[in-house]
Amino acid sequence: MPSQKSPLRVVGEQGRGNLLREVAALASLQVGACYQCGKCSGGCPLAYAMDYQPRQVMRLLQCGLVEEALRSRTIWVCATCFTCTARCPRDIDIAGVMDALRVIALRRGVRPADKNIDVFHRSFLGSVRCLGRSYELGLLAAYKLGTLRLTEDVPLGLKMLAKGKLALLPGPARGRGEVQAIFREADLGAGATTTHADGDTGRGGGQP
Amino acid sequence: MTAPLRYAYYPGCSLHSTAREYDTSTRAVARALGLSLEEVPDWTCCGASSAHVTDPFLGFALPARTLAQASDMGLDLVAPCAACYGRLVAARAEAGRHPDFVKRFERATGRRPAFSGRILNVIELFAEPAVAATLKERVKRPLEGLKVAPYYGCLLVRPPKVTGFDDPERPVAMDRLLESLGATPVDFAFKTECCGASLGISRKELVVELAGRILRAAKRAGAEAVAVVCPLCHTNLDGRQEAAAASHGEPLGLPVYYVTELVGLALGLEPAALGLGKHLTDALGLLRQKKLA
Repeated sequence: MPSQKSPLRVVGEQGRGNLLREVAALASLQVGACYQCGKCSGGCPLAYAMDYQPRQVMRLLQCGLVEEALRSRTIWVCATCFTCTARCPRDIDIAGVMDALRVIALRRGVRPADKNIDVFHRSFLGSVRCLGRSYELGLLAAYKLGTLRLTEDVPLGLKMLAKGKLALLPGPARGRGEVQAIFREADLGAGATTTHADGDTGRGGGQP
Repeated sequence: MTAPLRYAYYPGCSLHSTAREYDTSTRAVARALGLSLEEVPDWTCCGASSAHVTDPFLGFALPARTLAQASDMGLDLVAPCAACYGRLVAARAEAGRHPDFVKRFERATGRRPAFSGRILNVIELFAEPAVAATLKERVKRPLEGLKVAPYYGCLLVRPPKVTGFDDPERPVAMDRLLESLGATPVDFAFKTECCGASLGISRKELVVELAGRILRAAKRAGAEAVAVVCPLCHTNLDGRQEAAAASHGEPLGLPVYYVTELVGLALGLEPAALGLGKHLTDALGLLRQKKLA
């Protein structure tokens, strides 16, 4: 494995404490409540594809090893199905913790452990930011350019086109000005959506 | 004649593209039942499943815009797509917990993200007392002998505190609906297991595995078909079925119907009027075999 230089600057116990508070603030939870029963991991349909089981992510946070959690593949592979959240006997919103960890990883510029999943989200949001609605062909094109997986799924895509399941041209929503204002308010920084489809030129917005 | 029951209708992006047949069949069924579905004007994307994993305000504000729009209509809101439904009910819950999100939303859009009506998924729509009564009256072609696995997926039932719909582990509402159509619901252990959702594009092999597990469980339980309420579930179970069968080394051949398509068939509507030709796994052969089309 190539060594990965971390952009995270966490200094000492205080820095870790700040990161933990950031997770807690986003996910409105106390990870300390977790007693490691493992029910979340037992029910997780994607646990087999994770590097840390959901239970282990909770344990990392309890031990203050937030950076390790932010660099994990787990937070990207999680499909937010909420099975863990629904079953947690300590009432912890574990899927919400995964969301919070992804958000913090993006904000702090941690390199995503699964690039393709990250590129998919960016491509999707790029399309929504530009048009107000998702536009599958555009987002697939952005995704393919971002991942260079150019030939994957072409037969399936062609079948869907033939069935009229993919619109050839985007249908921009009239409400997209407001959507763009929402994206500006979210202040995602430059990297959170792909630039190709970013038609946000500052026009629109609901009210001046 | 009584006045038609009116609902605000949020199709969402998928029902205008990959799930066109879900939109077609929902509208056709509504017409046949005398319901008026009024599309939310200028609706925009709910952000599923990317916004809430990117920024919590974005995850709240995108669906909140639709709630604000629907609020002006003064009607209950129907969202057939399970992912849209999940985001809409989540946004309403978040509005109560995050006054700062509400303020930022108002600043950005000049709208109030309040919605006091009910947000209904498609199963809840058919369970509305007046709708259920009309449906019962108007079933012309009961789906007798059709064994269907009701696949609820994630976002109707979870998180249970947010959606408040049915039992998160063993839901039965869709089973009851299928029974009212004359079909035989097949109980199986994967009713609420995740299909992998949008990982279908970014990590295809994971979805092939998960979709295969769900379909195999349905088939082993004796199902001849699967009923779904979510465009992503449909894309994964229908579109990835061939790959799942190959990967699991087991023939599957299970048509995957939107539940609205089954309602439409029972109401005597023609398959073409329900968009049944748009499936990637053949949806018509089984119906012909059962003399339902």
